[in-house]
Amino acid sequence: MSDQHSQPHGYYTGDIHNQFVEEHYDPKNKSVIWRTFWILLFITIFEVAIAFAPIAHGILVVTFIVLTIVKAYFIVAFFMHLKHEKISFAYTIILPFILIVYLIGMALAEGSFLNLWDRLFQ
Amino acid sequence: MAAEATMTQETSSSTMWNGGRSPFNVSWGKMMMWFFLVSDAFTFSSLIIAYGTMRHRFAEIWPKANDVFTHFPFFEGHMPLAYVGLMTFILIMSSVTMVLAVDAGHRRDNKGVAVWLFLTIIGGFMFLGSQAWEWYHFIHGTETGAYLTSDGQVYKDAGNAYHLHHLNPPAGALVSPDHKIISDKATIDAIKGSSEHIHGANLTHNEYGHPLFADFFFFITGFHGFHVFSGVIINIIIWLNVLSGVYARRGHYEHIEKTGLYWHFVDLVWVFVFTFFYLV
Repeated sequence: MSDQHSQPHGYYTGDIHNQFVEEHYDPKNKSVIWRTFWILLFITIFEVAIAFAPIAHGILVVTFIVLTIVKAYFIVAFFMHLKHEKISFAYTIILPFILIVYLIGMALAEGSFLNLWDRLFQ
Repeated sequence: MAAEATMTQETSSSTMWNGGRSPFNVSWGKMMMWFFLVSDAFTFSSLIIAYGTMRHRFAEIWPKANDVFTHFPFFEGHMPLAYVGLMTFILIMSSVTMVLAVDAGHRRDNKGVAVWLFLTIIGGFMFLGSQAWEWYHFIHGTETGAYLTSDGQVYKDAGNAYHLHHLNPPAGALVSPDHKIISDKATIDAIKGSSEHIHGANLTHNEYGHPLFADFFFFITGFHGFHVFSGVIINIIIWLNVLSGVYARRGHYEHIEKTGLYWHFVDLVWVFVFTFFYLV
């Protein structure tokens, strides 16, 4: 009985390779899928539409990056179902990407430095 | 109600990490697929970050993707972003059919899984075909091409009205690597006489600008395309299993979920490639 409490979304088959199986089908799943689809489609159309609008380049770049992260969130959370996994598992997947943020900072600074170097000494 | 919730929490915290079960409440196969995808995401991140680094280094002469990818099948003229927008739509759509296949699996609907998985495979082939078309046009280049000097500078021919759209240079003029119009006859002849006439792009030269742009384009979209190709092959294998009733006999469709994770990841990577290669 307590097993059922700690595993609210399914049961174990006993097969080591396929231990866990979804048990309860939630009829709301389908509407979540289509809602996610419309959000992704709308954001993509919006991105293409504003690409040629007379907006300052810096603002456009920030907008595109924010919208990309929003799209990534919807794909990972709802298509890949990470939102419905245990929170400890979600953190295990997401937190390593702090290293990527660190690498972006270092690598782009290096690129800008080399640009300056080339201009000063060539 | 509150007492029951507390009890549940106690049960899970005291027994979840004692062995004999997955403390993450996720199967071995699914967890390993997630860990593989994390490592794969690191690879793609490194590639895109390397692209960004070189783009910052050569900021002044870096080609704008909007000036390079301007074609659309069966339509003439200057249509930047339209085709890659369509490719993005195809991939998002195939992600939706994949997640519907997973959903049908949760309902133990074997026929539904087969149909949705088949549509996902079709979407994958459509995307691969689109990418082949994009590569063909990039490699083939424009009719007028560009002039590559011995020190590696690319002077574009103004005849490419669509590809130099925003500059609007006069006919016969050249455009320098840092986007300045050269209309002086003597200078033009000197550049043409001392340089190589090139068309399109490959790993050593690129008529649209810096050769690294072409290298990164081939490497990143190629690596992504290879992932799509692998995904299509895996989907076909899984689809044949569905048709022969393997998962119906097994009693669950977890395999579809694992394949689905991979397929969504391919879509996720494209979202980033679309932004950093085409939009920004």
